[in-house]
Formats: sequence, structure tokens, C-alpha cells
Amino acid sequence: MQVPNKLTPFFENLNFERDDNTMVINFGPQHPSAHGQLRLVLELDGEQVVKAYPDIGYLHRGIEKMAENMTYNEFLPTTDRLDYIASTSNNYAYALAVEKLLDIEAPRRAQAIRTMLLELNRIISHLFFIATHALDVGAMSVFLYAFREREFAMDLMEDYCGARLTHSAVRIGGVPLDLPANWLENLAAFCDKVDYEVEHTYEALLTENRIWKMRLEDVGVISAEDALNWGCTGPMLRGSGVKWDIRKEEPYELYSELDFDIPVSDRCDSYGRYRLYMEEMKQSTRILRQLIPLYKETEPQLMAHAPQYISAPKEEIMTQNYALMQHFVLVTQGMRPPRGEVYVPTESPKGELGFYIKSEGDPYAYRLKCRAPSFFHTGLLQKLLVGTYLADVVTIIGTTNIVFGEVDR
Amino acid sequence: MRKYVPKDNVQKKAYYTDRFHVVPRVPREKVIDTHFEATVFNLGDYVKDSYIEIGQLVVHIDASENFAVLKILKEQCGYTQCSEQSAVDYLAKDGEFELFWQMLNVNEAKRVRVVCRLKEGLAIESVEPLFKSANFAEREMFDMFGIKVNNHPFLKRILMPDDWEGHPLLKTYPLFGDEFASWYEVDKIFGKEYRDIIGPENRDPGKIDIEDTKRFSRVGYEVPFGTEYNADEEVDIAYSETALVNYNKKTSKQLDERR
Repeated sequence: MQVPNKLTPFFENLNFERDDNTMVINFGPQHPSAHGQLRLVLELDGEQVVKAYPDIGYLHRGIEKMAENMTYNEFLPTTDRLDYIASTSNNYAYALAVEKLLDIEAPRRAQAIRTMLLELNRIISHLFFIATHALDVGAMSVFLYAFREREFAMDLMEDYCGARLTHSAVRIGGVPLDLPANWLENLAAFCDKVDYEVEHTYEALLTENRIWKMRLEDVGVISAEDALNWGCTGPMLRGSGVKWDIRKEEPYELYSELDFDIPVSDRCDSYGRYRLYMEEMKQSTRILRQLIPLYKETEPQLMAHAPQYISAPKEEIMTQNYALMQHFVLVTQGMRPPRGEVYVPTESPKGELGFYIKSEGDPYAYRLKCRAPSFFHTGLLQKLLVGTYLADVVTIIGTTNIVFGEVDR
Repeated sequence: MRKYVPKDNVQKKAYYTDRFHVVPRVPREKVIDTHFEATVFNLGDYVKDSYIEIGQLVVHIDASENFAVLKILKEQCGYTQCSEQSAVDYLAKDGEFELFWQMLNVNEAKRVRVVCRLKEGLAIESVEPLFKSANFAEREMFDMFGIKVNNHPFLKRILMPDDWEGHPLLKTYPLFGDEFASWYEVDKIFGKEYRDIIGPENRDPGKIDIEDTKRFSRVGYEVPFGTEYNADEEVDIAYSETALVNYNKKTSKQLDERR
């Protein structure tokens, strides 16, 4: 044990007197590559990691506790703060879970808008991933280019809902607003832009880049069996050769009508996952292009008609007495769903984002559990980091694409 | 007499409920003749109750048999992923927890929720040997509810600090934290004796302290930084929206009465 005195002060991170000559270091929570508030305690033998222990909870805000003390509509903006890179995915996953509980379905135009927003958020999230991942590995220019395109996508989000990061762009039962004028033209232009940049900038800069390949190939290898066992979903699972995408397997919204592919990689390493992210962005633009004509065919209704749970449109509230009364009750007391429980998975950009809601018939959820993909990907680090070198730790954290709003909740 | 406040569930309650309001239940469908039939058949006598609720099979089992059931699900029924596991607090009503495991069969796109009831103070067997994802999930369950898990390799708090007292997701735990939570930082950094000196945490982000000349200035009556507040000094401003209002004194009678 250390005997601290004035000459040899106490070193928290170092363990000098050990027979096996391993060293324990703290990685984070302030490390810029720790993607937020991840503290990793690494036991090193030379430069090789012998044991890794992810310490989380630095961003714990008790969101599940807050859900028990808020009405269903009140809680929706709080879900923005889960995965704050792509907040509409969280809004949507929550709204869908409540809709399943209430047994209502959003009107077709709302579905088209929601699907567009989800795919736009997927592109935003993937651009953020490639930017930070490349920055961690040491490619500064990709970061700048990717953030430029992400800015355009956030402008589109801002045009639609007024917010850039915390969107709250989805409501239980539909969407609050129709698309503004010229939005679809801008979206089509953005799709062209993303397609061009993915192929001519990111992939041109990285895919055959010697340094990028050396840093990513055969780093963070995880077998399909392990990926399933550790609860990996999304690109982490598809990067290990398991073809599983909830948009295809358990389709929601308009995904069953759309034509898109699920890219799978059986390389099982970080490089394969990087290729997957690139391919998914192209698929997202393909989906967005198909949605533009689908949207134009729809009726203008935006919110589901379910007077017991959802307020009538504003015109009706302002003109009809009964609609106003119902609106008053829904605002002051909150909706009361039937008694029951529901677990609804959705494919968020990071993986399977699911909400488990237990309702006892009160306006407040009895229990809400948010199944966040990043939480399990953080747990995987215990296995993934063992045996790798310290320099690869940053790559592996980057490739898991964890966001701490959702890990700690 | 003081108003009665229940201690066993301090979460927010509806302030008004219609006396004749009957809460409907989400319909539960029978398992027979669905693609879940084989799963229930494989589980055999372990199944206490089974039904389909909103597209997913729900299987009720005995709390002591959770490991055996999940083993059958994994090895015989192809449920190779445990997406989520956690608990629901029913201590106030039944004196038990409801635990659930959300299972996923990737090949057939089927989901099963295994549910059991666990008496307060009892421990549950860890499923970590079968599903590594339970490692973090069980730690979170222990952290949030205090449910002990047998044979877990590293059962430790995960989201809250190691020296925390209480389990935040219990219904008895208030939303804004208990006594321990509100003094946690002061106790830990300075010691308990500093509670009086530092004072309780201010959780009102809009609070204005008129006597604090370091962080607040009064419009039209600016004083040098850190000057001591003098209430007797006259403020000779003809008209101001803010300077003449004492924010710390409640002047509105109507508002007080309503409180």
C-alpha cells in the first residue's frame, strides 16, 4: 500500500507496489474522447488493457423517476434529453409506446412526416458519429466537413420545429405541425448533398486511407454470438453479421411500404462498422426521396382523432364548446390510458430504443423503463477492451457510438 | 388535524378522479393458435399464466425459477438476446416487486416478456451466465430498487455514487430526494457540521436575493460590487418596472390566499 508523506504524496491513479506490474489509470470523465461523462478504469500491463471497468452515472438525472411524476404529454420534451444527438428518435419511441398503449394510430400525413424526421435524425446522428470518430482517431478535416452537412440537416429541423437539438417534434397521436413551404425542396437538395458528400468526401477521405485502415481494421472485434449475448443492437449487431433491423423486422410507420436495404458487415471490427454507417446514410437518403411523393398524396390531418386522449385541433377548440371542455380536462388532468403494460422497440440511430410503460390507469405512468442501446454498448466495453492496446481504446469507444444522455438517463 | 399523506407511495397522484371512473384494461389475447404456442409448450410447468398483450407474449413464472426458464428460452426456443430487465415497485400494494425480462428471438422476430413477483427482502438469481447484458441491467436494478441478485459477479451501484443511501426508483423515495440526498455534497465535502453555515441548496433558479449585491444589481440603484445592503437608503426613481418592487416580500394577498 502507499504510505503518503510530504515527499511521496498520495497518487490516486497509480498502484506502485504490485507483483504483476500492472498500472491502473483513469480514463475520463473529463477526457475529450470519452464522449461525454464516461469514466473508464483501465488496468494496464505495459500498454495492453488487462481489465476495463466502465464507471457511469455522471449524467444521471432520474428521467425514469421524473416519468412517474409527470403526465404523459408533460414527459415528452424530457425524452429529448436522452439521446440528445437525435432527439426526435426518442420523442418518437416514447410517443409510439403510448400510442400502442392507447391503441390509436397517427394519421397518414403524420406518419410520413415522422418517418422523414426519423431518417433525417438518423443522418444527423451518423454524421455526428463519423465526425467525432474520425476526430478521435486523428482525422480533423472529416470532422469539419461532416459538421458542415450536419448543420444543413439541423437547419431543416429548425425550419420544421424551431429547435436544433431538443426537437420535441413529435406528439402522442401525431405531429404538431405540417411541413413549412419549400421544406420538401430543401430536403431533396439536402439528400443530393449528403449523397455527394458521403461518396466524394468522407469515403474518399477515409475508406482507402492507410492510417484510417491501420487504426480501425481488426480493432474492437466482436463475434455475432457475443454481440447478441451482450445486448448489442443497431450497427453494433449488424456490424457482426446479424441482419437485424427493427424497421424491417417489426415495421412501424411507413417503413413497410418503403424500399430500402439493410447493410450488414461480417468483418466484426470497427472498420466494418464504419462502412455500415456510411451505407446507412445512403439508405436514409433513399428512404427520404421515396417519402416526398408519399407525403404529397396524403390528407392534411395531423393528429389522430381520439377525443378521450388527444385534444381536438385548435380550430375546433376555439369554436366548439365540447372540444374546449375536453381540452381543458386533458391539459389540467392529463390523459388516462387503460391499465396494462407495453414494450415498444424502435430502431434509433444507435440501436434498439424501447420504452416499457406500465400503466395503472392514472394520468401518471406507474413505471417507465427506457431501454437505451448505449447503456448496453457501454457494458460491452468490459469485454471489448480487454486485450487491446491503450491507443485503441479511443477507437473502440468511438465505434460503439455511445451517448451519455441515454446511458445515464 | 394535519392532512394525511401516505408514506408508502409519495409519487404524484391525480388531484381529481371521477368517482364513477372505471379503468379499462388493455385486451389480453389467448396464446393458443399463435406463433408463440411452441414457446409456452416448451416452458411446460414453469408457466403460471400466459397471454399476449399488445403483440408480445407475457409469461408469468415463479421467482425462484427465473434462471431455468431463461435457460430454456435461450437454448430451446432461440431467444438469444435479453433486451432489458428491470423491476416495478408494488411494495405499497402487495409488498412485492414485479420483475420482468424482455427477451428477443432475432431469427423469428418474436418477443417474450417473462414476469415474476418477488417478495420484499428476497433475492433473485442472476441470469448473467446466460446473458451478459444482464450484468449492467441487474446492477441498475439493484441500484434503483435495492433488489439483491445472487451470484452476480460484481453487484455494485452503477448510476448513483457508491456511498449513496436509499434506492431512487422506490415509490417511497421522493422525487426531489430525501434528507440524505439534499445534504450529500455538503456532508461529503465539508462535513455535517457545515450544514448550518452553508445552508440548504436553493433549487429555485428564478430566486432573486435583493440583499446580495455580488450577484444581483437593482436597476437604477447600482452599488459597487459587494457593498452591504442598506434598506434605509432611499431610492429616488420616478418610475421603474423593477427597482421599486421587493421580490422577496409577497405583496399579493390574493396569491397567498390561494396557496
